[in-house]
Amino acid sequence: MQRLECLRAIYKDLESCIVVTIMGAVAAELQSLGHRPNFFYLQHAMGLASSTGLGLALCVPNQKVIVIDGDGSLLMNLGTLSTLARYRPPNLIEVVFDNESLLSVGGFPTATSTGTDLAEISRASGIPRSSTVRTIAEFSAAFADAMRAAELSAIVAKVEAVGPTRYVTDLALLENRFQFSRYVRGLRGA
Amino acid sequence: MPVSITNSKVIYQALKACDIRIVSALPETWLVHLIRMAEEDPEMKLVRLAKEEEGVGISAGAHLAGVKSAMLMQNHGFLASINGIVSFAQLYKIPLLMLISHRGSHGERDPWQTEGGRVTESVLRALNIPVERLDNPATVARKIQWAQHLAESSLHPVALLLMRELMWEE
Repeated sequence: MQRLECLRAIYKDLESCIVVTIMGAVAAELQSLGHRPNFFYLQHAMGLASSTGLGLALCVPNQKVIVIDGDGSLLMNLGTLSTLARYRPPNLIEVVFDNESLLSVGGFPTATSTGTDLAEISRASGIPRSSTVRTIAEFSAAFADAMRAAELSAIVAKVEAVGPTRYVTDLALLENRFQFSRYVRGLRGA
Repeated sequence: MPVSITNSKVIYQALKACDIRIVSALPETWLVHLIRMAEEDPEMKLVRLAKEEEGVGISAGAHLAGVKSAMLMQNHGFLASINGIVSFAQLYKIPLLMLISHRGSHGERDPWQTEGGRVTESVLRALNIPVERLDNPATVARKIQWAQHLAESSLHPVALLLMRELMWEE
């Protein structure tokens, strides 16, 4: 299963959600499918996409917030799962694309390649609705379930360690940031 | 525990006057009353963290949504948050109102706090983060308000150091 296929499978749903991605391949691939003002790409600060999603989910409780994380980023901030579990925002979905690799820096294997199970860590952190999926059909079904559920969900999607040829896009970081903020503030009427 | 309840209240009321609605925190001795006040206040959302750097993400998410927030942390928590401060808040022009208990300076009896105490202010300066010391209850409200104004107008982190004179009664 490839990350880009997964993103394509849920893109229609993402159109109406607040979306926060990590840096690198995910950001470039989602932009290749079409940037939208409700998509924010955290192009550094590895580990903080889920914390940002939590801040957003608490402030915009009527809107689904989708965090698109990765194994390398999540492993840098595993405590975030315990914080998410503590507040359990029902409008937050944590998607983790696990390619068992730090792809953008040359493909060095992460600890998920040697047995660390992020869905089990997520469940044991207090997020019972955590699952691992390995096919597009499983991923689409898990995501559709999470969209319907009024409950914090984590989906660990095992994907191949392949990505785009370039990571830098022509969307400037600050342009993305201000556009996104204007969109979210508009939802709140702020 | 001789942490000043009176001055913690002065600080908390100043945060409320700034329309702060979310406080992220990781417990430390000097912050116990402030954290309890946030927890007991139905108008405030307290987010208890596993590690202080998460608070950068919480505050960034809140700011992007137009909600004012503050971070309560010890200076060692600030030191543990630096990549988030630089590679998120400063890179993306996100205001942070950081209230940092300044442990390990003059009067400190805990040996483990002393190295952090020695480097905190110079690290803040190296990061170009405007900093004020809160050491007098008479000026707390004004300094917090001004720090919040500066964070919002400059879209940049601003630090307030909670000093022993203010926090500790001994």
